[in-house]
Amino acid sequence: MPEKNPARPASFSELSQLLMSLDNLLVSCMRCGLCQAVCPVYGSTFREADVTRGKISLLENLAHETIKDAKSVNERLNRCLLCGSCQANCPSGVNVMEIFIKARSFVAAYLGLSFVKKLIFRRLLTHPRLFNLATNLSGFFQKPFLKRVNATVGSYRAPLLTPFLGNRHVPSFPGHSFTGRRGALNKPAGQSKLKVALFPGCVPDKLFDRLSEATLKILDFHGVGVFTPNDLVCCGIPALASGDSQGFLGLTGQNLTSLSRSSFDYLVTPCATCAANIKENWPRFMDRYLDWEKKLVVGLSPKTMDITQFLVSILKVDFTPATTKAGAQVVTYHDSCHLKKSLGVSAQPRAIIKSLPDYRLVEMPEADRCCGHGGSFNLFHYDLSREIGQRKRANIVSVKPSLVATGCPACMTQLMDMLSQNNDQIAVKHVVELYADSLGAAATRRAS
Amino acid sequence: MSISPSLVQEFIKITSAGQVLTEEADRLSYSYDAAVLTPKIPALVVAPATEEQLGQVIKLAYDNDRPITVRGSGTNLSGAVIPEPGDGVVILTNRLNQILEINQEDLYAVVQPGVITSQFAEAVVAKGLFYPPDPGSQTVSTLGGNVALNAGGLRGLKYGVTKDYLMGLEFFDYHGNLVKTGSRTVKCVTGYNIGAMMISSEGTLGVFSKIILKLVPPPKASQAMMAVYDDINKASETVATIIANHILPCTLEFLDQKCLKHVEAHTKAGLPVEAAAILLIEVDGSHQAGVDEDAAKVKEICSRVGAKDIRVARDAEEKFKIWEARRNALPALARAKPTTVLEDATVPRSKVPAMVAEVNRIAEKYKLDIGTFGHAGDGNLHPTILCDRRDAEEFKRVEEAVDEIFDVALKLQGTLSGEHGIGQAKAKWMVKETNQATVDFSKNLRRALDPKYLFNASKKIV
Repeated sequence: MPEKNPARPASFSELSQLLMSLDNLLVSCMRCGLCQAVCPVYGSTFREADVTRGKISLLENLAHETIKDAKSVNERLNRCLLCGSCQANCPSGVNVMEIFIKARSFVAAYLGLSFVKKLIFRRLLTHPRLFNLATNLSGFFQKPFLKRVNATVGSYRAPLLTPFLGNRHVPSFPGHSFTGRRGALNKPAGQSKLKVALFPGCVPDKLFDRLSEATLKILDFHGVGVFTPNDLVCCGIPALASGDSQGFLGLTGQNLTSLSRSSFDYLVTPCATCAANIKENWPRFMDRYLDWEKKLVVGLSPKTMDITQFLVSILKVDFTPATTKAGAQVVTYHDSCHLKKSLGVSAQPRAIIKSLPDYRLVEMPEADRCCGHGGSFNLFHYDLSREIGQRKRANIVSVKPSLVATGCPACMTQLMDMLSQNNDQIAVKHVVELYADSLGAAATRRAS
Repeated sequence: MSISPSLVQEFIKITSAGQVLTEEADRLSYSYDAAVLTPKIPALVVAPATEEQLGQVIKLAYDNDRPITVRGSGTNLSGAVIPEPGDGVVILTNRLNQILEINQEDLYAVVQPGVITSQFAEAVVAKGLFYPPDPGSQTVSTLGGNVALNAGGLRGLKYGVTKDYLMGLEFFDYHGNLVKTGSRTVKCVTGYNIGAMMISSEGTLGVFSKIILKLVPPPKASQAMMAVYDDINKASETVATIIANHILPCTLEFLDQKCLKHVEAHTKAGLPVEAAAILLIEVDGSHQAGVDEDAAKVKEICSRVGAKDIRVARDAEEKFKIWEARRNALPALARAKPTTVLEDATVPRSKVPAMVAEVNRIAEKYKLDIGTFGHAGDGNLHPTILCDRRDAEEFKRVEEAVDEIFDVALKLQGTLSGEHGIGQAKAKWMVKETNQATVDFSKNLRRALDPKYLFNASKKIV
């Protein structure tokens, strides 16, 4: 029976032993330093401890007990967006994500997790009804707090919530979730003869429910069967990023139970982070799953993909480049790290945009440079996140678009914040929204 | 580490609290560079943001008898920026990263030392000009570091190396006083040619604050090809014949069979793994017709000398593909084993086959996996030893093999290092390549410019 909640490393030497299990991965870093060229955090701070080479060196020293200050190493380890840019560009192919994800879980288990994090990862996120209720209530009670700042971007300021939100410019909660409104979905395959599990992910379910709606509309339009159980929970990435492997495995277990209730050909999501997490991180903890879970995770990983990849590469929808209409909107595309660097998806979303006559795609410089959001990174290192985001914003505005498209809801919130802070009149949309809009009203009727 | 809080405060007073690092975890991240050597933790790391702060920081450290190591991106392969023992101070140049001027009329640029090489090269291209030195680490290396190590790259044969582009310098001496040398003019004989002494000085004589670099007009046409050989001597003869025919390819790269096998295993690009060696040749120039003529001549030479296959790139895509083998040489070798010891012994180009044969003999003798690639046009080879530094017994053999590679290079009238630097790694070999008088002369020079021997003391000359 695998141990889901392994005991906390009781001593420093137990921690260093755990880290030594990563030694074969750590030693493959040849210290060339080429990660400096692509690391967004290093690009802002120029600090060696902020770049992968520095972090790997710190972990090696911790594993070999030449530094004993685990707390201080942990702080530096967490100054990382987990964007994977370094791994994608590493000449010696160091498995950076495996190292960082595992190291965070070892160190967090040794140092312990804060009460609030435990509450969120192991209580709130594990209870879909409670989480939905919380977001519905937020939708209801947010009104007096929110002040609209930028209608084009769709952003708000919440001066009274500054202690929680800082001076972020945020989207508003719709007040209802996709799964709450739609309930459980289980429609058989249509003319495509394919059926997918649609995993909305927390943000496209609760904050940008329009992304899940757009995805559903597209799948319906193409005759793809959809299975979305109403008790799916968070994919687990926030817990994992904080090193809470116990919380992560709790969430994964619930999702696996929920997904095991129906068969499907693929698992698709409009959230790049969920896709990357299910595909790459769920299998990382294979030794800690139950046997039936193991089987499911192994089967799920190759079937999991981003919605645009499914449309272009599996469904083979005809996305022949269109002749751009006169007066078409200029759109630029931001490569989400989890899409391009983790999943290798960069051509598919562009192909979709180019097929739409209402838009003219203009590439921005450094389109695949991280936006700086990084999920919980944005919560805990907002100043740094914003600094990195400003570079992305400068690249976006340099091509004077009226719209920026991307494939990741977390990137969307960051782009909205950055553009709104600069009072730019540039809308932020997901590629599925652009495509769903083009399908027109007929498809909407079929979807509902 | 003992560094008094009051001294830390003085460093902070010059810079700012955020730019002085004293926590163990931060200092530890500056204990190494890209060389496979033992790390040393400095006592303090400071990142001045202005040239003025840089001068003050140097004076403060020197007056307080702190060993000083100046660091750019820490990518050199000779241990040139591993800190000194005895509570050393590391001075970072990353924040001094302004391109101050790119002059299109007079073909020069003025930069601060922390500017990243490839970012500079791109800025120069945007102004319609060309800065040729392209060391392997160019996406992260700093121009200050390039000057301090006299960085080379793939274009050495035709375009030269960093030293050929250095027109002038401003640097701080140990008093923190600013010294100026060279100028923005093509000709300049004012004072000693101090720049020539500072280039590849590896942080032992002073600290750069401003660099004047020469720019050239870019080539307008180029042609790339791959020539495959079943005999390494024929590859070498090709190189000699090309140059004897007064053609200077902009790049003339070489990969041996072991290297090809590793690259093919990694890329599956369909490389000729049975070949003894391949040459990757690119000619460039200002006229397409002239380039075509040179390319045809090179092709003819390759086949006359005995290349068994020649692939000429017909378009940009094919050119990209031809260079894939070279681009992937180091990544492929680096993935094969945990530790990659990248050597840099350089011989006169006619001795390349002898050198490769010796490297292969040494690999056999010490039972090591060594792949060799490099710049055939300038005899600068990179025998790359694949090993695992955790295996003490094996690593001892690696060190012995490296020593023997140097021995052989010197016997072939070559040099210890073409472009990676002497640093800590090769300092002990200096006498062997030169003589005691040379080392003594260098030490005297050094003592005159650094009486307390605090500038990177264990590097270059010991």
